[in-house]
Amino acid sequence: MVDLTDIVFVGMSVVVVGGAISALEAREIVYGAIGLAFSFFGVAGLFFLLDAPFVAVFQITVYVGAVAVLILFTVMLVREGRWMRDSLSSTGRLVGVLTAVVLAVSLALAFAASSLLKTAEQATAPSFTGIGQYIAVQYAPALELLGLVLAAAILGAMMLAKVERKDKP
Amino acid sequence: MITLTDYLVVSGALFAVGAYGLVTKRNAMRLVFSVEMLINAANINFIAFNRYLWPEALGQTIVLFSIALAAGEAAVILAVVVVAYRLHEDVDVSELRSLEG
Repeated sequence: MVDLTDIVFVGMSVVVVGGAISALEAREIVYGAIGLAFSFFGVAGLFFLLDAPFVAVFQITVYVGAVAVLILFTVMLVREGRWMRDSLSSTGRLVGVLTAVVLAVSLALAFAASSLLKTAEQATAPSFTGIGQYIAVQYAPALELLGLVLAAAILGAMMLAKVERKDKP
Repeated sequence: MITLTDYLVVSGALFAVGAYGLVTKRNAMRLVFSVEMLINAANINFIAFNRYLWPEALGQTIVLFSIALAAGEAAVILAVVVVAYRLHEDVDVSELRSLEG
């Protein structure tokens, strides 16, 4: 029996994997960046299907809204003819495909061997109100550290850009 | 009905595509794409296992941290890419050898 959830799941999976493939194989890297944004969006759809709406919205705002746009801006800022060139040797491509296939097959075998995966879906979804308790109580130090890491990342990115500007008075 | 295995298959496929990109591509931007794909595959796994196997939202909390870290990482990598491009006029990672001894 096919219901709406299955159709949505298949559609989102196609968006995720298809977007990822087009991100790597699109001839123009700008289109690749857009494919990557679609892939992020599909992942957010999967999160919705998994009853994690808070994480899904977070994924959309941060990944689709910030990271994908940041990537798009970078691609456009440094856009040039040589930039588009993608050195493709046939042996390199063969090795890459082989790696992906071996990885996928070994993952599939591991899935098939695991008895854990036969457990049924839980009757009630984990409530996302628990996230607040985890963040505020148990993982409060991790949250503080995360803030420091993000501040350091932003400062580092700004420093990199600033050093560059000093070269060209 | 969607089982846990279905989600794991999707995330495994995404991971395989990302690994393929890491091995094949020499363009720094495509490598950034690949790393983001690997992170997203791991996040799907966290949420799926959380939904099927754990009654509390611990996996979702971890994914929130992971997404925030990935955003910071992307900002730094993109800054490095822009600087490398301005210095070398190229983003082919096999051409960036100025740190080589």
